[in-house]
Amino acid sequence: MSDILKKIKEAGLVGRGGAAFPTHLKWQAVKNAHSDKKYLIVNGAEGEPGIHKDEYILINHLNEFCLGLKLAADYVSSSKIFFYLNSKYFDLYKKNIINNLNKVGLKGKFEIIKKTKESGYIGGEESTILNILEGKILEPRLKPPFPTEHGLWSAPTLIQNIETLYNVYLVDKNKFKNTRFYSINVGSKNKGVYSLADDLSIAEVLQQTNFYPKYKFFVQIGGDAAGEVLNDSQLEKKVSGAGSITIYNLIEHNPERLVAYWLDFFVKNSCGQCTPCREGTYRLKEMLDEAKTIKKMLLNDKLKEITDNLFLSSFCALGLSVPIALLSYLENVYKPNIKLYE
Amino acid sequence: MNKKISIKINGKKYIANEGQTILKIAEENNIYIPSLCYHPDLRIKANCRVCVVEIKGQSRLVTSCSTLAKNGMEIFTNSEKVKKSRNTNLELIFSTHAEKCFDCSSKFNCSLLDMAKRYDIKINKFIDRKAKRKTYKFDKSVEIDGSQCIDCQNCVDVCSNIQKIGYLEIKGKGSEREIVPTKNKKIDCIYCGQCTVHCPVTSAQEQSQVVEVEKLLKNRGKNIVIAIFAPSTRMTIGEYFSLPYGQNNSQRMIGALKDLGFDKVMDVDFAADTTTLVEATELLERLSSPKAKLPLITSCCPAWVKYLEFYRPDLIPHLTSSRSPHIQLGGIIKTYWAKVKKIKPENIKVVSIMPCTAKKFEISRPELKIGNNYPVDHVLTVRELSFLIKKNKINFKKVKNNKPDTLINDGSSAGLIFGASGGVMESALRTAAHVLNSSSKKSRLEFKEVRGQAGVREAQVVLSGKKLKVAVVSGIGNIKEVLKNLKKYDYIEVMACPGGCIAGGGQPIPTSKTIIARRTVGIYQVDKNSCLRSAHDNKGAVEVIKWLEQQGLDHQVLHTKYFKKIKK
Repeated sequence: MSDILKKIKEAGLVGRGGAAFPTHLKWQAVKNAHSDKKYLIVNGAEGEPGIHKDEYILINHLNEFCLGLKLAADYVSSSKIFFYLNSKYFDLYKKNIINNLNKVGLKGKFEIIKKTKESGYIGGEESTILNILEGKILEPRLKPPFPTEHGLWSAPTLIQNIETLYNVYLVDKNKFKNTRFYSINVGSKNKGVYSLADDLSIAEVLQQTNFYPKYKFFVQIGGDAAGEVLNDSQLEKKVSGAGSITIYNLIEHNPERLVAYWLDFFVKNSCGQCTPCREGTYRLKEMLDEAKTIKKMLLNDKLKEITDNLFLSSFCALGLSVPIALLSYLENVYKPNIKLYE
Repeated sequence: MNKKISIKINGKKYIANEGQTILKIAEENNIYIPSLCYHPDLRIKANCRVCVVEIKGQSRLVTSCSTLAKNGMEIFTNSEKVKKSRNTNLELIFSTHAEKCFDCSSKFNCSLLDMAKRYDIKINKFIDRKAKRKTYKFDKSVEIDGSQCIDCQNCVDVCSNIQKIGYLEIKGKGSEREIVPTKNKKIDCIYCGQCTVHCPVTSAQEQSQVVEVEKLLKNRGKNIVIAIFAPSTRMTIGEYFSLPYGQNNSQRMIGALKDLGFDKVMDVDFAADTTTLVEATELLERLSSPKAKLPLITSCCPAWVKYLEFYRPDLIPHLTSSRSPHIQLGGIIKTYWAKVKKIKPENIKVVSIMPCTAKKFEISRPELKIGNNYPVDHVLTVRELSFLIKKNKINFKKVKNNKPDTLINDGSSAGLIFGASGGVMESALRTAAHVLNSSSKKSRLEFKEVRGQAGVREAQVVLSGKKLKVAVVSGIGNIKEVLKNLKKYDYIEVMACPGGCIAGGGQPIPTSKTIIARRTVGIYQVDKNSCLRSAHDNKGAVEVIKWLEQQGLDHQVLHTKYFKKIKK
């Protein structure tokens, strides 16, 4: 086993896009796949509200990230790197990124692709990125085959998040200290990105960053759309997914507005490929619009039918995550006397 | 050898091949799993989520169309979870589709309604959210009704990946998704209707002429209404009445058409023979004239003609001038037969029963007019005819009045094989071989080298010492490689639908490679057992052509012209 792969494995690096897949397995799969061409895609979509860590790295650790990317490109012998980048970041940081990539020896080996705003949340899903780069329709692909074997234009493709590649750099320099980036938000306002131990509970992160509220509150972790909602007695849980904590004021928040925000987000961001998500998101929003209050919406027995179906049969992780915020909020914060969340 | 695996479905053990999907294994063992977006000839999309099954040990369901069975898997096709999810998905699908059930042309053969009945689905559980969606019409042939679309993408898939036309696109995201024709000026619909025959819910469908034909039969006045039916249609209509694949049901079809009120029912086989005679003559003329354009290319397929006129108008001189069989027959009926029967041609109405949606466009081509009359007035697909038969509660299996009306005599079985890819060419070769034959022996009848299922088939045929390089293109998606090497050939047959007319865009649903193969076997079986196997042996056809020539009508009735087309 090569030195870098061994280090990655021993450090236990996992993908920081949210799915936490062991990084060394991905690298190995691409390395071992037989093909004249191999590609590397940097997923810099960062499409979920509440998550800001990739931007933080582009501002503060650009060179280190570029060096990590170089290690990955060399390891899998990629023919070309596609840097798929959030449109806002593209406009702000493109020049710097190009300069740094040239500096680390990747000149002529990469292309930066601006993610369109319309592609939305699903435009950051890795197999959807493959479709976008190939000029195909905006929707995720069936897996298997996995991108590591059958990715961009059918070639083995390594797709890595910005933070993951930054961590690769740290591991290589023996500087990785099992930390991760946490985005902290209060309501819809971002309060900064913090690097802390990667196994902290929600309460610990809030304490160490001095954001533990003095008022009654609840949190949403791992993204403001798909993340799970927990009350202040559930803060022993670790921060999972893409590492965000958003604090809401329990007394001041408007339940209808919050639920409408989540449902709107998914109606707008469902790609429309599969029935449970395309139709389910539409019907959930319709139910709230008709009922006007959550109390009344809960009387509709189709609600559980739709959310169960999203769990059971949606095509991709986006569909699967549609009911998470809504149901965990109802279960943990709103607390109706109906069992919705299993 | 395939490795065998052992799995359990609903508690029962099955041995299957490794690498097979759960749906395939279930199908082979007669275990029903409903599906909508799945089509055996298309890529697996797994978007309708109706074929979900539960696997022991997994909390989420999987789609059986896309999931490979693994050794030891325990699968449940009707567990509580499966019921819940599948039924919800069906209810959601109905809520994008169902508002036109009452007068839908496929209400007698609706896969969705069958599932609703089987699973006790409330089809109006949710308010139909697409009722006001737009219908896109493609000339007079095909339409896509957005209010019925369930977003399965089969139409887009077959248009882009099988036919390689790319006329249909997906616009919008999420619940706003819609199938739309492309705005790209360089891409136009060829009307093949493969989208319609792959649509599981009749959103893509032929532009129906059922109402017009019903009116024609009801208020006929002085009119004589004649149905003519294409070679392949007799071989497929039975599928809608639980009859076996590849069965020749011409008599039942004739009977049913008469029960529907048609005054006469005639067989297009006869005019496939006149087409062959015209085309074989042209082939031999071109072969013997040094300045003539070669290869000669067939023109029976109106979708192929549209393709050429739009995409490659430079090749128009290669097309045979011969009109397609049903256009010739319509013309013969309105000239020769009208004269014999002393009926004014304008009082004859011809309705073609066709395997094809492009034929609906073809009949409206103005250059086909004979005087003031179009040769054919309406086209019904096999699907539309079966709808009429079922709507009128005609017992297809037991129709009585089933004698065909002939112009002079029956057509040959060389006309019948027009229905299969390679058939037009084989029929022309039979006649060309006969014309060139100077020996005392009978000329060659069977040209098996041009038959088959491959997308492109090449052969060298020797006719009385004359070497002919021929190619058969089955499916417009395969056309480009042949057009690239056009100079290699003397004679080319092109059918836009993969498999030819037997797999046409107006044929019964489902149509798949397996089904097409079984229909095709039927065609060649009938030909093998026929005692009239060549167009030139059809005395009536020879006589009619002679009559038309004498009257100076041959150009108006038997030949046509083609024109460069631009997108409207």
